[in-house]
Amino acid sequence: MSEPAIQVEGVSKRYRIGAREEGKTFREALLDTLATPFRRLKSFGRSSHREEDSIWALKDVSFEIQPGQAIGIIGRNGAGKSTLLKILSHITEPTEGRVVLRGRVASMLEVGTGFHNELTGRENIYLSGTILGMRKREIDARFDEIVAFSGIEKFLDTQVKRYSSGMWVRLGFAVAAHLQPEILLIDEVLAVGDAEFRKKSLGKMGEVARGGRTVVFVSHNMAAVEGLCQDAILLSQGVMVERGPAEQVIQHYLHDGLTSENSTTSLVSHEGRQRGSEVILQEVRIFADGVPSTVVKMGGLLKIATVLKRDRPLRDLCLVIAIEDHAGRRVAAFTPQFQAAELLMDSVNGGTITCEIPRLRLLPGLYYVTLLVKLGEYLMPKDLDRIERAVQFTVERADVFGTGCAPHPSAHGVFFQEASWKFDPE
Amino acid sequence: MREGVAGNVGVQADLNVVETVIQPQRGWSAIDWRKLWEYRELLYFLTWRDIKIRYKQTVLGVLWAFIQPFVRLVVYTIIFNRIAKVNTDGTRFEGIPYPLVLYAGLIPWLFFGESLSRSSQSVVASPDLITKVFFPRLIIPLSSVGACLVDFAISFLILIGLMVHYHYPPSLTIFLILPLIILTILASVGVGSFFSALNVAYRDFRYVIPFMVDIWFFVTPVAWLPDKIEKGRWLIGLNPVAGIVDGFRSTILGRPFAWGALGISIALTAIAFYAGGMYFRRIERQFADMI
Repeated sequence: MSEPAIQVEGVSKRYRIGAREEGKTFREALLDTLATPFRRLKSFGRSSHREEDSIWALKDVSFEIQPGQAIGIIGRNGAGKSTLLKILSHITEPTEGRVVLRGRVASMLEVGTGFHNELTGRENIYLSGTILGMRKREIDARFDEIVAFSGIEKFLDTQVKRYSSGMWVRLGFAVAAHLQPEILLIDEVLAVGDAEFRKKSLGKMGEVARGGRTVVFVSHNMAAVEGLCQDAILLSQGVMVERGPAEQVIQHYLHDGLTSENSTTSLVSHEGRQRGSEVILQEVRIFADGVPSTVVKMGGLLKIATVLKRDRPLRDLCLVIAIEDHAGRRVAAFTPQFQAAELLMDSVNGGTITCEIPRLRLLPGLYYVTLLVKLGEYLMPKDLDRIERAVQFTVERADVFGTGCAPHPSAHGVFFQEASWKFDPE
Repeated sequence: MREGVAGNVGVQADLNVVETVIQPQRGWSAIDWRKLWEYRELLYFLTWRDIKIRYKQTVLGVLWAFIQPFVRLVVYTIIFNRIAKVNTDGTRFEGIPYPLVLYAGLIPWLFFGESLSRSSQSVVASPDLITKVFFPRLIIPLSSVGACLVDFAISFLILIGLMVHYHYPPSLTIFLILPLIILTILASVGVGSFFSALNVAYRDFRYVIPFMVDIWFFVTPVAWLPDKIEKGRWLIGLNPVAGIVDGFRSTILGRPFAWGALGISIALTAIAFYAGGMYFRRIERQFADMI
């Protein structure tokens, strides 16, 4: 029995919030030092923090991963997935606990790490490859493969600032995909590029995983996690809730995490809120098929009730409910502007806007709801309040046509619609 | 399972496996020289990147590296020598044309000043590297200082031109230039890492830096000579760069050394290098959280 490739023992990570916005200024530190030199010297380099100002992004997480295993880490936004990956990547250190990694580690946390606009594609391959941990001779050996995978042969010696975002992303991923460490840590980077490239990337990652490397994969894309990983770990608010076969943990996440208690979400201090927003969105409640729940049947009734409050009147404001699929694609947006433009004409300071969607045409899967409030009638509307991925809901399979045969997202796109058919024989 | 074979494979694999332990660091940590050596290729590439970008971005490219020192030489000569009447009479450097005396001291200063300005910004300017990849962070200010070496080398070419122009042959002491160059690099790295870490820890520190470099120039005997100052000359010596600048001068022009000042510089540089590195290492752990 070999030793585990990754050993995580009681890892916790605390972040200071609030105080960090102001930051510490040199002026303060200097005055501090002059006033009380000895106190300053003792705590030199250590910043003080109060208990109330901190949050635990991870609390007492422990697990082991055997060499050659591919494990997915799933959970809602803010559950601590990215923090865990950062600790495993040695980018930030845990507040408590420890991690032991056996083998060369490479992290794919972002596409195009280290790329610089003024350099050419060729130069960036070497730069990025070295930054990610490859030796020059390894880059030399794999150079042609990398270029072939990215598909940018013709533009190899053009400056990267002239690349389209698609090319940029393909090259970045191509470099990262050819890392050959014993342990690979991936954070969501497979959600880049067009559909074809995503398929290629997923395929490549599958190859890597099957090649006997240990892979830790953080993602919101349940299909990818299921395809790539044998096991999965579910994180919720910094705590490891479950570890087991991928399919089982994913099902648990999709269903149990979304019971009626979670169908009401407070938005007052939501971490997905854009900086500088006014706090207008207070709460959002999801009703599926008439009951408070975030699991709705395909073709069922979805009701989204959003509570707004403001010191000034709500009139002329516009609420937009944007829906994204698991891969981050915007699939639909609902706003009163389309059908009920005079909805917010009173000078009231608060209330609940209810949006009822009678026959939801989305195909089964996980969807995220981004909420935003803006001034309605201006040409360049600015978002007064915006919360990305405020809440999520799941669409379940259902026999929408009553025929026992219904569309499925893997092959049939993002929505379904009735159609009538006719055949005229010759 | 054939026990014998499995047992052997197990041991073999363990010998070759790199083990990394990540746990909270407390107190001060030393500079990890082994890790720095391991990542030497990265240092090379980042330095190369800095150099390439610098010349692609400036208006005249490589020409800029010639123009800058030359223009400074001319302007400082006019202001300090012609207008303010600073000269070399009564000093160790008597009889040598002022521009040459000035430039011999300007070379190390330009390197130090530029390294300081660039390396202190280097960490803050690379948030993507800090938050997305692991490598010993000391490489970032090191690569900034490394990129300045190119300008440093070019400034020597101008020196050669000047010496030819004034028919001033180099003396035998010119070989001492090598240890002095190393000393300058160490001073730049030490203060540079210290400042770059300070810049991450304190957001407003970046505004102090240009001011500091400015004043530092005047306090260092670059455009003037300390020889004529009687009272308080030791104060000038407290500046680690003072001894270095003076040493460069003496070496290049073959005149007496100010050994006291040089000794102090060496000591201060060693302290700056050590303390700067230690402070950097201490703040380094929190870089990803602070940036």
